[in-house]
Amino acid sequence: MESFLNRYKNITVLLLVIFAQLLLLAVQVKNEQDVRFIRVWAVTAVSPFARLVEGVRGAGFSFVRNYITLHDADAENRRLKADNAQLKLDKVFLENQLNTADRAKALELFQQQTKSKTIAATVISMGLGSSRKSVYLDRGSVAGVMREMAVLTPDGIVGKVTDVYPTASEVLLITDPTFAAGVVTGKGHVHGTLKGTGTPLCKVDFVAFEDKVEPGDLFYTSGDDRIFPRGLPVGVVKSVHPAQPYKEITLDPSGMSHGGLEDVLIVVEGVHQEIPDTPPPNQQVYLGPPLPPAAPVPGALTNPDGTPIPDPAHPTPGTEADRVHTLYQKSAEGSGVVLGGGPTGLTWTPKPPDFTKLPVDPRSANPGRGTPAAAPPPRKSTAPAPETKGTGSQELKPDAVRHANQAAGPGGGHNLP
Amino acid sequence: MTYSGGRMLLSSQREGQVSRFRVWVTILVPLLAILFQIYVPLFFPVLNFLEMPLLVVVYLALMRRNPVSGLLMGAAVGLAQDSWSKNPLGMFGITKTLVGYFAASVGMKLDVDNVLMRFILAYFFYVFHQAFYWVMERALLSHMSPFDITGWLGLGVLNALVGVGLFHFLDKLRVTA
Repeated sequence: MESFLNRYKNITVLLLVIFAQLLLLAVQVKNEQDVRFIRVWAVTAVSPFARLVEGVRGAGFSFVRNYITLHDADAENRRLKADNAQLKLDKVFLENQLNTADRAKALELFQQQTKSKTIAATVISMGLGSSRKSVYLDRGSVAGVMREMAVLTPDGIVGKVTDVYPTASEVLLITDPTFAAGVVTGKGHVHGTLKGTGTPLCKVDFVAFEDKVEPGDLFYTSGDDRIFPRGLPVGVVKSVHPAQPYKEITLDPSGMSHGGLEDVLIVVEGVHQEIPDTPPPNQQVYLGPPLPPAAPVPGALTNPDGTPIPDPAHPTPGTEADRVHTLYQKSAEGSGVVLGGGPTGLTWTPKPPDFTKLPVDPRSANPGRGTPAAAPPPRKSTAPAPETKGTGSQELKPDAVRHANQAAGPGGGHNLP
Repeated sequence: MTYSGGRMLLSSQREGQVSRFRVWVTILVPLLAILFQIYVPLFFPVLNFLEMPLLVVVYLALMRRNPVSGLLMGAAVGLAQDSWSKNPLGMFGITKTLVGYFAASVGMKLDVDNVLMRFILAYFFYVFHQAFYWVMERALLSHMSPFDITGWLGLGVLNALVGVGLFHFLDKLRVTA
């Protein structure tokens, strides 16, 4: 080493002196960016080594982290799996929320379209008892709910209110064996009685053997029961078996077919509507506009309030009760008795009418149809008769009408719609 | 003691005789040269072309034939010249360090007592000094001064002529054996 320094002593001293003076210059001189050369040179000289050291350090740490110590990967995998499970739960929850929102929207739309006044309710529990098919709603007498009110969904009827509590009410479902309601087909206007069977399916009784009902036909409420307004969808005929004297018809209730029953509507003021001849597309419920009041026929019989009485010679559509009422009214004309004219529904005169000599109903004069009282009801009702109250409104206030009918007794002063 | 013979190259280093100078000479002569370089052009601008410190460094390095002492002499004179000028310290220092080193190195190989050799060496080191200083200016100071090679060559002749006379005068200050 000593010989090396002696051999290159001159050049070594030269380089040292030059280097020292270069440092001296670098301390004084600045570059174009006003940075001293000593700083520029120092950074330039150090940065490659720093970059090299940092690269080696980063590569070493990365190698150790990614290939040597893998415990972080396992923990992260478990955490990601937990996050994934939580996200799945959140997805299911949000989908349920979306379905609930869809149902609420459908109910709101149905409420806007239908003429009947309804209030929305939510099913809060199922009824107790193994055989009884009922549910409890979160609306009671405080909300204006009364017994025998109809309960439905946009898809169809659900049941009727059987018990009312202040904040809840019990609804007898249409699948209960004790349930019954008047129904009519949309295509042929064949009347029948809907009954529950205790199963998800219902049956329709009292459909004559000769009436034409086929699987796939739609049944609607007929309004005869004074509970369900006419024109509400009931269900689709699932099977029809010929039997004597009535067909055995199995019905799939449409109001309870879309999953669980959660949100329903309670009809507080029903309005009868048209029964569509053809099934609506996609089984959706179409509620037409309310019926216009029937124009009075010149010379036709009228009730005391001015509403026309159907003429047997020119039969108008109506229920059998309407026709019976008309026959009795005709028979009582000679005695001056006005049926339904008094506050109790009957006004008696000194000479009571002889109801044993009823006029002959031209529609019941057909051979093989029996007496007028035994005449079968018309199977088709092309247009409903107007209400005899003369209000021109098709609305029915179920409780008020029922109370009035009960007070008036048989043949009371209201024509059935 | 005889000087300058017919040969310019020495057959061996032993042929070259190391000249010695008194201490005050090695200090005072460079100092006077620097003062001359600073003050004389103020009164006689025509003498601005003279590079007296360079000629003194070349002479002392050539005569002492020691590269280390030559580069140290050059560094000291150059830094002193920088300190009296507006240049950053080290510009003349680095340049004259290299001149002193190379002059001392050349002095070991050449007969520096020869007048022609002294003229050539003075001329060469002047041009080298100017060229290297120009490089230093561009590299470190970013001064875009012109590359006046013709001027350097012409002034180099004048400096060489002055240097030959100066060297003859400084020979009288050597310590005789």
